[in-house]
Amino acid sequence: MNPRVEVVALDCLMLRLFDEIAEANMPWMLAASERLRAAFGKQLIDLVPSYTTLMVHYDLTALSPNQARELIAEALIDLSPNARAAGQCHVLPVWYDLSVGPELSLLAERSGLALAEVIRRHSAREYQVFALGFAPGFAFMGLVEEVLAAPRLNTPRKKVAAGSVGIAERQTAAYPVVSPGGWNLIGRTPAKLFDRDRDGYSLMQPGDTVRFEAVSHAEFINLGGDDTPLEVQA
Amino acid sequence: MSRLRIEASTPLCLLQDAGRFGVRHLGVTQGGSADWCSMSWANWLLGNGLDVPVIEITLGGFTVIAEDDCLLALAGANLGAQIDGQPLAPWCSFKLSKGQKLQFTQPLLGARAYLAAPGGFEAPKVLGSSATVVREELGGLDGMGLPLVKGATLSYRGESLLVREVPLGLRPDLKSTAPLDLVLGAQIGEFSGQSLFDVFNSAWMLDSRADRMGIRLLGKALQYQGQPMISEGIPLGAVQVPPDGQPIVLLNDRQTIGGYPRLGALTPLALARLAQCLPGAQVRLRPVVQDAAHREHLEYLQRFLSS
Repeated sequence: MNPRVEVVALDCLMLRLFDEIAEANMPWMLAASERLRAAFGKQLIDLVPSYTTLMVHYDLTALSPNQARELIAEALIDLSPNARAAGQCHVLPVWYDLSVGPELSLLAERSGLALAEVIRRHSAREYQVFALGFAPGFAFMGLVEEVLAAPRLNTPRKKVAAGSVGIAERQTAAYPVVSPGGWNLIGRTPAKLFDRDRDGYSLMQPGDTVRFEAVSHAEFINLGGDDTPLEVQA
Repeated sequence: MSRLRIEASTPLCLLQDAGRFGVRHLGVTQGGSADWCSMSWANWLLGNGLDVPVIEITLGGFTVIAEDDCLLALAGANLGAQIDGQPLAPWCSFKLSKGQKLQFTQPLLGARAYLAAPGGFEAPKVLGSSATVVREELGGLDGMGLPLVKGATLSYRGESLLVREVPLGLRPDLKSTAPLDLVLGAQIGEFSGQSLFDVFNSAWMLDSRADRMGIRLLGKALQYQGQPMISEGIPLGAVQVPPDGQPIVLLNDRQTIGGYPRLGALTPLALARLAQCLPGAQVRLRPVVQDAAHREHLEYLQRFLSS
């Protein structure tokens, strides 16, 4: 780790902790987040974590740029990875099926694996939540096995159903609400990923871990899933 | 309680406040008034907290009828406002009697007008804010992110008796052609020398592809020569440069993280001015030192302390 602080706006500094995406970053990122929240207190407006960085948005009426830099420097003194290693571990039920995950066949073709093997491998790993973004509660997770990696669709879909589970490069994610999207879809989860009435709003938080669990169509429906086939855009 | 009935509206007429904070790590965008200065002045006129909910009217097409005697305030763009056909200039508070009609016709100067009410317009807070973000289905009158629609009722509970103006010397100058101040970012050195010259020495035209997520600037194509970036947090006003070399200034409803290289970020004061520019307008950019811009910002905030 080689922390650097960069200017990104009049009231925002970027703390750059790593240069590459890695699961091993997360305990450090969590530890640094905790320290920054404590150091800035009420003068912190937002802290935006992403794979290798933490963006600190502070109250510019309370802190000068230099004071903000000093707070960051102090927060990092003797930093050690968070012993709890990560947040919560979630198990997301997924109905893997071509009707809701049309790219299952594409991934099978690319990898030379059978459909069932693609599903088994996607649901075998425990993934890290690297960052939330794109939409409320949309968690970028990884890393999926190299053999399952696939680039985003050339033409993004205008409409991806809520709960859709997809793969882009070596990352995986689930869409919290209906939205446009270019990820390779492989299934659908009935889990409610973002809920304004839930404490913390988002099911997954940065630093959490996630495992996908294959469920049957009947279980998916029992859990409240919507099996309306995906409208594949022309 | 005083009420106004909406007679006409467009998808660009939104209930806004200063924005939604403390939840960006969950992928929730900031939202809030695109021109925070004019929002603040509209609230200042009524003695409100500067960040209470106002109506952001972009380009016009908005009409309300008073169901009670009202005292309101208007700041920002001149969108050809009229009370029962009589012109109403911005930067003042004014009376709207029961039955009178307030209509915003077309942009005469600037793009966004802010209508304020004593104590702020009533709206539920969702994740700490009433700011309407249509894409995220958050905020607004119903809390579900809908724009203001014909037939809906606006209400407020506060009281104010003061009819007054923002003093001339304190009003933002929407005709100003001064360059927009840019705080330089970490990737600035990764653009070609020619690009760095072009950024600050040529005019940029606002594209028609502009919304509350971002405003595209058209001009000489800029060349980024650095490594591809890993997505990271995006501040308000960030000027990102996608592969086509045409910069995009990111506004209140931007995505929370992104991986395009950035020139830096406009200062909040520059951003408020940009938010009042219409497609086709030309702007220039000027590099600014963070400390100097910080001082200027604090000085500007002093204006709101006068009464």
